[in-house]
Amino acid sequence: MSTILFFIAGFGVIAGAVGVVVLRDPFYSVLALVGHLIALAVLFLLLRAEFVAAAQVVVYAGAVMVLYVFVVAYVGGTAADSLGDEPLLGPRFAGSSLRLAGAIAGGALLIELLIALLGTGLKAISGYGAGYAPGPRTFGTPAYIGNLLLTRFLLAFEAASFLLLIAAVGAVVLAGRRGGLEDEEERKLTPLDLIRPQGTGTTAEGVGGQHR
Amino acid sequence: MATTYGWLVLAFPLLGTLVIAFGFRSLPGRYAGWIGTAAIGLAFLAALGTLIALQGHSPSHRELESSLWTYASTVGVNARLSILVDPLSVYMILIVTGISTMIHLYSISYLDEDRGNARFFSYLNFFVFSMLLLVLAGNFLLLIVGWAFVGAASYLLISFWYRRTTATKAGIKAFVINVVGDVGLVLGTYFIFKHTHTLNFLATFKAAPHVFAKGEADIVAGCLLLLVGACAKSAQVPLHTWLPDAMEGPTPVSALIHAATMVTAGVYLIARMHVLFELAPAAQDTGAVIGALTLLIAGTIALTQTDIKRVIAYSTMSQIGYMIMGVSVGAYAAGMFHLMTHAFFKALLFMGAGSIIGAMGGEQSLEKMGGFRKALPFTFACFIIGGLALSGIPPFSGFFSKDDILLVTAERGGWHWALYVMGYVGAFLTAIYTFRMIFRAFYGEPVAEARELEGGHLHHAEVPTNPANGEVEDTDVGFPGPHHTVAERAMPMRVAMTVLAIGAVGAGLVQVPGVDDVIVNFLRPTFASSPLYEPHTKDGLLIFGMVLGTVLGLTGIAIAYRIWVKQPSIAVTARERFGALYELFVNKWYFDELIDLAVVRPAAAVGSFAMNTFERVFVQDTLIGGTTGLVRAGSAAVRAVQNGFLRYYAALLVLGVAGVGFYFLLQA
Amino acid sequence: MSIAWYLAVSAIVFSLGVVGVITRRNPLVVLLCLELMLNGANLSLVAFSRMWGNGDGQILALIVMTVAACEVCIGLGMIVAIYRRRLPVDVDELRELQG
Repeated sequence: MSTILFFIAGFGVIAGAVGVVVLRDPFYSVLALVGHLIALAVLFLLLRAEFVAAAQVVVYAGAVMVLYVFVVAYVGGTAADSLGDEPLLGPRFAGSSLRLAGAIAGGALLIELLIALLGTGLKAISGYGAGYAPGPRTFGTPAYIGNLLLTRFLLAFEAASFLLLIAAVGAVVLAGRRGGLEDEEERKLTPLDLIRPQGTGTTAEGVGGQHR
Repeated sequence: MATTYGWLVLAFPLLGTLVIAFGFRSLPGRYAGWIGTAAIGLAFLAALGTLIALQGHSPSHRELESSLWTYASTVGVNARLSILVDPLSVYMILIVTGISTMIHLYSISYLDEDRGNARFFSYLNFFVFSMLLLVLAGNFLLLIVGWAFVGAASYLLISFWYRRTTATKAGIKAFVINVVGDVGLVLGTYFIFKHTHTLNFLATFKAAPHVFAKGEADIVAGCLLLLVGACAKSAQVPLHTWLPDAMEGPTPVSALIHAATMVTAGVYLIARMHVLFELAPAAQDTGAVIGALTLLIAGTIALTQTDIKRVIAYSTMSQIGYMIMGVSVGAYAAGMFHLMTHAFFKALLFMGAGSIIGAMGGEQSLEKMGGFRKALPFTFACFIIGGLALSGIPPFSGFFSKDDILLVTAERGGWHWALYVMGYVGAFLTAIYTFRMIFRAFYGEPVAEARELEGGHLHHAEVPTNPANGEVEDTDVGFPGPHHTVAERAMPMRVAMTVLAIGAVGAGLVQVPGVDDVIVNFLRPTFASSPLYEPHTKDGLLIFGMVLGTVLGLTGIAIAYRIWVKQPSIAVTARERFGALYELFVNKWYFDELIDLAVVRPAAAVGSFAMNTFERVFVQDTLIGGTTGLVRAGSAAVRAVQNGFLRYYAALLVLGVAGVGFYFLLQA
Repeated sequence: MSIAWYLAVSAIVFSLGVVGVITRRNPLVVLLCLELMLNGANLSLVAFSRMWGNGDGQILALIVMTVAACEVCIGLGMIVAIYRRRLPVDVDELRELQG
C-alpha cells in the first residue's frame, strides 16, 4: 500500500518539479510548484514526519506560495522567457549555450548524487528505518517536534524567529513606496539633511550615485 | 725612520689634493697653485729624508717594509697597506717629487687665469700621490691600486679642458687602453700569486726562485701579462696609440705624466719584478723586442709630425722604448739612469713647447712657426739644451744613459746585436727629428707672431679655436682660459725650466762609466740577486759605442740643419720620392686604423647586435613581452568570467560543486 | 520502502532545480527553482531522520522551511522594487556587478 502511495506521490513531486522548470508562464510555474509541495507533503507523511508535512502544507504551500501568486500577478510574465528563443546579449556565455551548460550541470549533479546516495560504497544507509513505538510523544508527532525545538534546538529556534523578523522588516523596506522615488526635489528637509552631505543616506548612493 | 719619511712622502700630496679640492672656494686668489706646489715640495723634502735615512742602513739592510693596517686577511690573501722603502723606490720618489715640484711651479704661471685652476692642481696633486703610491707599494695590491689611480688621474688631466671634444675623446682612448693594461697587470699578478700564495713583494721575490722553474709556463704567462700592463702604461707598440692623443691635455700635464712619470711606470714595473722576469726569459726577450721596435717606429713617425707636442710625444715613446729594452735585457741601472735623465730633458722640452705655444697664441703646428730665436731667447736656449741631451751629445746627460743601455744590450750577445743596431739607428733618427723641430720653430723667417713678440706684444688669437681641428670655442670653464704666457715673462716658469736645464746638462755626470758609479752602487741592494746586474764594461765596446753615439748624433743634427735651415726643398723632394714611406709614417703606421678594424669595429658590432637583436628581440619581445603577454592573456581569460550574468555565475557554481563532488566520489 | 527511493527522488528534484536556476531568465521562476532545490534537500533530510529514528532531520527541515520563507520574502520584495523602477525584470539584463 505504501509503495503505491509512494509512487503516486513521487510521480507528483517530479511532475511538479518538471513543470516549474519547463512551463513558460510564471503563473503556471507557481501552480506547478504548489502541486509539487503537496505531493512532497504526502511523501513526508509516508516518512512518518507528520508535523513537517502539516507545516509544509500550511506554511509553504499555504503562505509562501500565496505570496508568490500575489507577486506574479503584480509583476507578471513581462520578461522574455528562457526556454524560447532569446537574443544573444553581448558576451557569448549567455543565451542558448547556457541551456546546454545547465543541462550538463544538472545532469552531472544528478548522477553524482545518485552514485553517492545509492552507490555500493555507501553502506551507511540502512534500507529500512529504525523501529519506533507509537504513542502521543513518539517520532513525528508535534509534541515530539516541540519537545526537540524547545530543548535541544532552542538556539536554532530563536535564531530562525529572529531571521523571520529581519526578513519581514527588510521586505517592507525594500518594496515599500518611499518618498524619494518620483520627485527628489520635493522632499521635505529635516535637520539631518542639513548636516549630511548631498546624496548620502539613500540607496542611490549605494548603487553608484544619482546619475542613474 | 726611513719608512716614516716614506709615509710622509705619500701624505703630503694627498693632503694637498684634499685641501685644494675641498677648500678651493674659500682659498683666496691663486693659492691653489702655491699650496699644490708646496705639498709636492714638502714631499720632495720627505723623499730626501727617506734617502738619507735609508743610506744610514747598511747595504744589505736597505729593503724596509712598513705596514699601516691590514685590509683583509682571508682565503690565503693577506692584503695590507704596506710600503716598501728600498733604493729603487727611493730613486723613483726622488725623481717623481723633484720633477713634479718643478712642473707645479711652471703650471702656476701657465694656467694662471684658467677657470679650472684649482681643479687642475687638485688633480695634479692626486696624480703625484697615485704615482708615489704605485712606486712605494709594498705588495701587488697597492701596486694595482696605484696603477689604476694613475690611469684615472691621467684621464682626468687629459680631458681637463673638457668641453673640447677632442680632449674628451683622447681621455677616453687613454683610459680604455690603460684598462687593457690593468687587466694584464691583475691577471699577471694572479698567475704569480697562484704559486707563491703571497702578495707581498719581498716575500714573492724570496719565494719565486724556489716555486717556479726557469721558463715554467705560469711564470712566463704572468710576466707576459705584466709586460702587457707595462706596455699599455708606457705607450709601447701596440698599446701606444693613446699617447699622441694625450697631448690634448695642458702642456704641464704632458710634461709630468706623459714624459717623466706615468709612462715610466712600466719601466719601474719591470725593474721591480726583475726577479720574476729573470725566471721567464721569453718575457724578457719579448720586452726587449717590443722596446726596440717601439723606438724605431716612434722615431720614424716623429720625422713627419707637424704638431710640436706630438713630435715630443713620439720622442717620449721612443725613449721609453730604450728604457723598456734596457730593463728587459737586464740593464737595470742603465734603464733607470736613462729614466732620470729623460725625465729632466723631456720635461724641459715640453715646458719649452708650452712657452712657444703661448707665443703662438695657442697654435701648435710647426708649419705655422718660424724664427722665434730672437723673440724667445730663453726658450730657445732650453730647447737647445734639451735637444742636445735627447740626441745623446756629450757631455749632456742623455749621452751617458743611452749608451749605457746599448752597451749592456750588446754584452748579452747573440741576437741582441740586432737590438744594438736598432738602438743606434734610433739614436740617429732622434737627432734628426729633434733638431728638425728646433730648426723649424726657431730658425728661418720670423712669422707674424714672432715679430709681434719681438716688438714686445704677446700675440692673442681673436677667436679662440681648438688647435687640433680648428673648431671655434670660447675661454670659459672647460676651455683654456684667455691668458697664455711665455717663459720670458713668467718667473716661475723660468725657475722651473732653469732647474730642469741644469739637470739635463749635469745629471749624466753621476754615472760616467769608468769614473763614478753612483746609480749602480745606489741601486745595487735592490738588484743584488740579479746575475745580470754587474756591468762588465768591455772597454773596447764602450769606447766604440760612445764614439758611434756622438758621431750619429752630430750627423743627425747636421742633416737636420742642412735640410731645414739651408734647403727646405730637400724635404719636399724626399717626401715625393719616398711617397709611400712618407704616407706610412705620417699615418702613424696605420696603428689607429688597425686597432679600429681589429678591436673597435668588432666590439661595436657586438654591442649593436646585443642592443638591436638580442636585447630587442630576445629579451624585450620574447622574454619580457612574452611574459607580460602571457599574463595579460591569462588575466583577459579570467576577466571574461566576470561578465555580470547571474545565470552564468550560477552555472559555474554548480559545475564547481559537481567537480568537487566528483573528486570526493573518486576518493570514496 | 527503502530510504534509497526517497533519496533518489530528492536527487532528481534537486537537479531539476539546478537546471531551472541556470536556464530560466525570469527572476521569479529562478526563485521558484531555488525553492525546488530547497525542497529536495528537505526531502532527503526527512528521509535520513526516518532512517536514524531521531528528530534532528525534521527539525532541520523546519528550519530550512523558515529560511526559505524569509528568502522568498526578500527576493520577491526585490523583484517588486525592480519592477517598480521600470527596469527589465530579466536576470540577464541586470548585470551591473561585473568585472
